Amino acid sequence: MTTDDGRRTTDHRPQTTNYGRQAVRAGWGVAPTFEPNLPRRKVMGMVWEGVALLAILLGIAMLLTLLVKVFVDGLPYLRPQLFTEFPSRFPDKAGLRSALQGSIWLMVMTALLSFPLGVGAGIYLEEFAPKNALTRFIEINVANLAGVPSIIYGLLGLGLFVRGLGLGRSLLAGVLTMTLVILPIIIVSTREALRAVPASIREAALALGASRWEMVRDHVLVYSMGGILTGMILALSRAIGETAPLITIGALTYIAFDLRGPLDIFTVLPIQIFNWVSMPQEAFHRLAAAGIIVLLALLLTMNALAIWLRNRLQKRW
Amino acid sequence: MEQIALELHNLRVYYGNFLAIKDVNLSIPRNQITAIIGPSGVGKSTLLRAINRMNELVPGCRTEGEIIFDGRNIYDPKVDPAEIRRRIGMVFQKPNPFPKSIYENIAWGLRINGFRESRAQMDEAVEGALRAAALWDEVKDKLHQSGLSLSGGQQQRLCIARVIALQPEVILLDEPASALDPIATLKIEELMRELKRDYTLVIVTHNMQQAARVSDYTAMMMLTGEGERSGTVIEFDRTKVIFTNPRDKRTEDYVTGRFG
Amino acid sequence: MIANRYRLPSSPFRSDGLHQRRKWEERAVKAILLLLALVSVLTTLGIIYVLFQETVLFFRQVSFAQFFLDTRWTPLFLSKRFGIWPLVNGTVLVATGAMMVALPLGLLAAIFMSEFANERVRRILKPFLEVLAGVPTVVYGYFALTFITPILRAIFPQTQIFNAASAAIAMGFMILPMVASLSEDALYAVPNSLREAAYALGATRWEVATQVVVPAALSGIAAAFILAISRAVGETMIVAIAAGQQPKLTLNPLESIETMTAYIVQVSLGDTPHGTLEYQTIFAVGMMLFLMTLGMNVASHLLARRFREVYE
Repeated sequence: MTTDDGRRTTDHRPQTTNYGRQAVRAGWGVAPTFEPNLPRRKVMGMVWEGVALLAILLGIAMLLTLLVKVFVDGLPYLRPQLFTEFPSRFPDKAGLRSALQGSIWLMVMTALLSFPLGVGAGIYLEEFAPKNALTRFIEINVANLAGVPSIIYGLLGLGLFVRGLGLGRSLLAGVLTMTLVILPIIIVSTREALRAVPASIREAALALGASRWEMVRDHVLVYSMGGILTGMILALSRAIGETAPLITIGALTYIAFDLRGPLDIFTVLPIQIFNWVSMPQEAFHRLAAAGIIVLLALLLTMNALAIWLRNRLQKRW
Repeated sequence: MEQIALELHNLRVYYGNFLAIKDVNLSIPRNQITAIIGPSGVGKSTLLRAINRMNELVPGCRTEGEIIFDGRNIYDPKVDPAEIRRRIGMVFQKPNPFPKSIYENIAWGLRINGFRESRAQMDEAVEGALRAAALWDEVKDKLHQSGLSLSGGQQQRLCIARVIALQPEVILLDEPASALDPIATLKIEELMRELKRDYTLVIVTHNMQQAARVSDYTAMMMLTGEGERSGTVIEFDRTKVIFTNPRDKRTEDYVTGRFG
Repeated sequence: MIANRYRLPSSPFRSDGLHQRRKWEERAVKAILLLLALVSVLTTLGIIYVLFQETVLFFRQVSFAQFFLDTRWTPLFLSKRFGIWPLVNGTVLVATGAMMVALPLGLLAAIFMSEFANERVRRILKPFLEVLAGVPTVVYGYFALTFITPILRAIFPQTQIFNAASAAIAMGFMILPMVASLSEDALYAVPNSLREAAYALGATRWEVATQVVVPAALSGIAAAFILAISRAVGETMIVAIAAGQQPKLTLNPLESIETMTAYIVQVSLGDTPHGTLEYQTIFAVGMMLFLMTLGMNVASHLLARRFREVYE
């Protein structure tokens, strides 16, 4: 009998003698050999736990490297012109003006459109939907939509809004497309927020003779608004970093004028960044890094807002 | 008086600042069945889980005092809880077989504890454990089916077999039959009487009849201390004595059903 | 007597008009909300309709045989060839590389979070992973091109400027948090009784985690993995920036390749007129991409449901 490391173990059975007698009586044919070797198992376990921690630290290190790299590259270009100038062939004159305008317009309009759509659908599925085939179909459908690559939404927007409705490469086409991209996220987070309201509250409202809608409108929705808004902001922060669907509907254009309305052509921050990254010149890469800093700052602000809202409005049950 | 398997000295268990178990002194006799009884919330399970250091898995749980086992205090810093848990096995309230085959449920514990024998001897060990748990005849044809495919009573006996395979000296049972039907309960009780020839058994039960039926000794627990919030053993004696002629009035009230 | 002091109006709740109004309001609200919920169904129908319509037009000019048997993809060249495999090859190559990063690291991270970390450590580490997941993909693309690629070129001088490996590594780290979070949920769902059983047999923490908890959560973890692969297949900006635009059949990650998504971006950047074959190619490729990811999402969904059934 040899162990993994090849040691002979025949004479080395500290446990055997103690239990041998019992073992035979308990129905064993032979007394077995235990060699728990706990110290080695402990050390191996600790080593592997260290490896597991390392996996997380590696991810964090990657994140920090990314941030440092972006800041080192982009800081020199983070100056007033970046915000006041339109894009340009010359890196020193180029700015994010039209991209910033586009991103903000896109975000506000997408929020206005996707909020009623997403929250309404979430309320229906969580509070009103009967348990039937249609409901199940809608639910599976929402789950699957959340997994559809965003570029596919771009193709949908291209075929349906840009061509089908004849909206062209307008901001409105972008808003409609982006609304569909984030709709599943809003529906799911709305449902989670509604579910957090305890049954006792619902029962109390219904027991007073309220209709379902009255219960939802005056209680469930009110108490879960913190969670709903938090989910809404997180969905919008996804929208603001999303690039592929807008490229597909053709939003990559050189725009040197201010955005005036929803039917104007437009560009957004991540697209401008992509544009600059795609340039061969080093200076444009640095400009892209400066753009990334602005984008990350915007995202950070939104996330901070979401956390603040969550702590402020969310009820503890 | 029998030989002593476990000696508990001034055992205290805290959850954070809350003293759950207060000053328990107990000598658990070898090759006997000792029942721990008492009203719910008194800390019976906590006391049981202190005996194989399972409480340590609960964050914020702290134990003071000594438990002498095989000449050593199991709470000695040099003692490894994993080693203690192999030698003092535990069966839980709800059957909890691993979602693996019946065979693997038993083989796994052997394997991690360095059972390095041939395949044939592993088969033999599995068979032996299943026979000892009176389960062999029911499962010998389906050893490679999932442990979850068994009935509740069979699952619980599988969990007992899993413990027996490691040849512990003590087996702790935490209300092992509370999730089972009466027939399965009866089988478990028969098995326990069978097992006491080779093992020391400690069982927590909320069922007076069960304690009276199977145990040789009984420890009665009650809440005491400040505001009656900490549990302790108020009386320990032969089961016959506890149920017929207890010294403590509270014990008498409890076993005769006059409690609370 | 209380009844005397608090006298209610004689029959306050008999107002049939009010009752009727509330009933109609309830019905109207329910109908409106149902319509809002149906927007998601319309979205799916819209996707299928648009992709299908243009794909049919595409296959009127290009045979199935050519699409699935030809080994070259050159729709934008003078001599047009329409073999999808080079794009699939590029997609699979990058996704495989990304999974080699994301799956082991993500699973290890999940095990650490769920089994070893205490609440305090978790609260410190978790936000980092959330930020890692929240960084826009275009930023990862920038990082791949300007940071990872130069390092790769320093180690392997034959590495091309645009290459699959660089995009794959960045994508792997982007997907890591998703794998970690979904796997952690699966591990977390494993009942504590199993952990206790294993500890009670004398197992160490690592043994409990890897030999009991992970196997018990396997279908849930598999669901997470499949979802991660689907995400990698559909990811666009990283590959569009860092992996190149050369559709070819190769297994060498240091070469420039093109993925399905990157091709769609490439065509979208040009001013391709509606109705041309080039325009239709992106819908055919999109259809292929949609079907691949849909298949994986459904598989993941089924696995996850089976996992939940075991433990609920």
